[in-house]
Parts: sequence; structure tokens; C-alpha cells
Amino acid sequence: MPYALSDTLIVMPAFNEEESVAAVIAEVHAKLPGASVLVVDDGSLDATAEVARAAGAQVASMPFNMGVGGALRLGFQYAVENGYQVAVQIDADGQHDPGLVPALLAGLDDADLVIGARFSGEGDYTVRGPRKWAMSVLSTVLSRVVRTPLKDTTSGFKANGPRAIALFAHSFPAEYLGDTIEALVIAGRAGLRVRQVPVAMRPRSGGQPSHNFVKSAVYLGRAFVALLVALMRPRTALKETATA
Amino acid sequence: MSITSYIFGILAALLTLAVVIEMLRRGRMRERHAIWWIVAGSLALLIGVFPAILDWAAGLIGVGQPVNLVFFVSIAVLFLVCIQHSSELTTLESKSRTLAERSALQELRISQLEERVAQLSREQE
Repeated sequence: MPYALSDTLIVMPAFNEEESVAAVIAEVHAKLPGASVLVVDDGSLDATAEVARAAGAQVASMPFNMGVGGALRLGFQYAVENGYQVAVQIDADGQHDPGLVPALLAGLDDADLVIGARFSGEGDYTVRGPRKWAMSVLSTVLSRVVRTPLKDTTSGFKANGPRAIALFAHSFPAEYLGDTIEALVIAGRAGLRVRQVPVAMRPRSGGQPSHNFVKSAVYLGRAFVALLVALMRPRTALKETATA
Repeated sequence: MSITSYIFGILAALLTLAVVIEMLRRGRMRERHAIWWIVAGSLALLIGVFPAILDWAAGLIGVGQPVNLVFFVSIAVLFLVCIQHSSELTTLESKSRTLAERSALQELRISQLEERVAQLSREQE
């Protein structure tokens, strides 16, 4: 039995996204009736919070910019405190199609964390150069850590089941790339079952990801540092609570 | 060593100690941060008053130029203090992150409750 949409919280970290956030919220309401939407305004300087509130979402405003990791941990805490079973992360830039959320929810039947993965057959997402090498090394290493083959480890489109929410509400990393790389390491080591579901991504409203060589090389370096640090950290245990 | 440089060394050490102890006294610096500076200042004062100790210690460890021992110890102290500061900074960042999350969640909760109250009072009328 997949989780119901009424038990699902859509967490949308947003930093200066006043132009796209309303459309994404409207699309979520249209395609996912019954699901709650929490926009985490990550210290935006524009009218993101007002626009999101007017579009009918709950809005939590960070007093200053914390990065995606900080915004997401807030979302997981909100999910715990308000009794949601599932938290689905969706970007506020329209990159992720809310219509694919039911597919992710279905994946939660036999997993705690479901990644909406590009490169797995759906869509035409391609990368080149250092970014491609980085992604392939990351997927090789992270696939071992989480004990399941993963093709796309840097996707920000993920569904988190009850165990993942409980783990991440207190230990979601705030560092650069922590929301993708380190979060997977933490999940794998805490014994969460991770799986991927192929999804197509849409172009972001804010333009295409950079293919600049230097930027990609810097990304590669930072990704490896993030991975190494994540692997060196002591493991975080999942506190199993008695659930009915 | 001239008498002027002897006095200068002692005065510099005393000044350092005075500044640190005054800040500690006024609550501008906590003990665990002040301790390194007090240790360093006391060492400097000791060596300033009895320079022979430096020559003896250098000979004991096998450092040819006693002044190199001074540089080594000074750099080591600065290094350790820097590491301590980096670590404290990380702790503070993680605490302010938690506070930011809590404050954002409380704010949301308050606005939800306000809405609920407004709704209930409308129903009363």
C-alpha cells in the first residue's frame, strides 16, 4: 500500500525564487490533491515568502540563508512534529515534475529513501567533462555505501519515508553538497534502504547547469572532499522508536 | 643582552598578562579562551626575568639557537589557539543553525495558531 497524499509533506526549499515558486505550488496542488506544501524560505531577499503564502503553501522563513541542507532539516522537523509519514523534496525552480511524486511514493513500499534519478532511461539529461567523471565516481562509491546500484546521486528530487524523516530531522548535513552526498552516506550507514526511480527532469526556469570546465573541475574537487569527509565521520545511528 | 632589552621583555610580558586578566575580570573573555594566553604570558614573563632558563631548556632539547625555541613555542601556541577557534566557530554555527530552524518553525506555528484563533472567534460570532 503506498502512502496516501494526505500523509505527504512536499518540502520546497526556496532562495529568491519569487518568479517560479507560485507556479510550482499551483502545480503541486493540481497534481497532488491532499498533499501539504511547506516552502522553506531560506533567507530570501525578494518576496518568495509572500508569493508562496498567497499561493496557498505553509511558509517557514529562515532568519538568514542556511543553504539547502538547513532548509531541508527544518522540513524534516516540521514533518516529525506534524505527524507526516512522508516528506518529498522538490526544487522551487520547476525542475522536478510534481506529477512524478506518486511514482516515488510507490517506491517507498520497500524502501526508506527513494531518489528520483536522471540518466536511468527517462529524459535526455546529459553532462560532460569533469562533472561527468565526478558523477560516475560518486555513484560507484555511494552505490557501495547504500548497498544498491545508484546512477544519479546528486538528484534533489527525493521521497523520504518515516525512518528517513526520523533520521534526518536531527542529522541532516548543512555543508555544501551535504544534502546529496553526505545525506546518502548517513542514510546508508544508518541502515536505511535506498532505491532509485527513473524520472525525467525539466529544464530549470533559471537556465541550464553550467558546462564551464573550470567550474566543473572545482565541483569535482568539492564533491570529493565532501565524500571523503562524509566517509570519515562517525556513523549516525537511527533511533528506532516504537511505532504502532 | 642590554638592560633595556631585559626590561622591555619583562614589560611586554606583563602588558600581555594585564590585558588578558583585565578582559577575564570584566567578563570579555572566558576562562577556557584566556588560559592559553595566560600560559604564554607567564612563560614569557618567566623567561624575561630569568633568561638563563631559556638557554638551559634549549640545551636540554638540543636546540642550537635558544631564540629558535622561543619561536617554536610561540608558533605552537598560536597554532593551537587557531585550531581551538575554528572548532568553537563550528560549534557556534551549528548552534545558530538549530536556533534559526527553531525560530522559523515557531514563527510558522504562531501564525498557524493565530489563524486558528481568528477562525474560532469568527465562528463564535
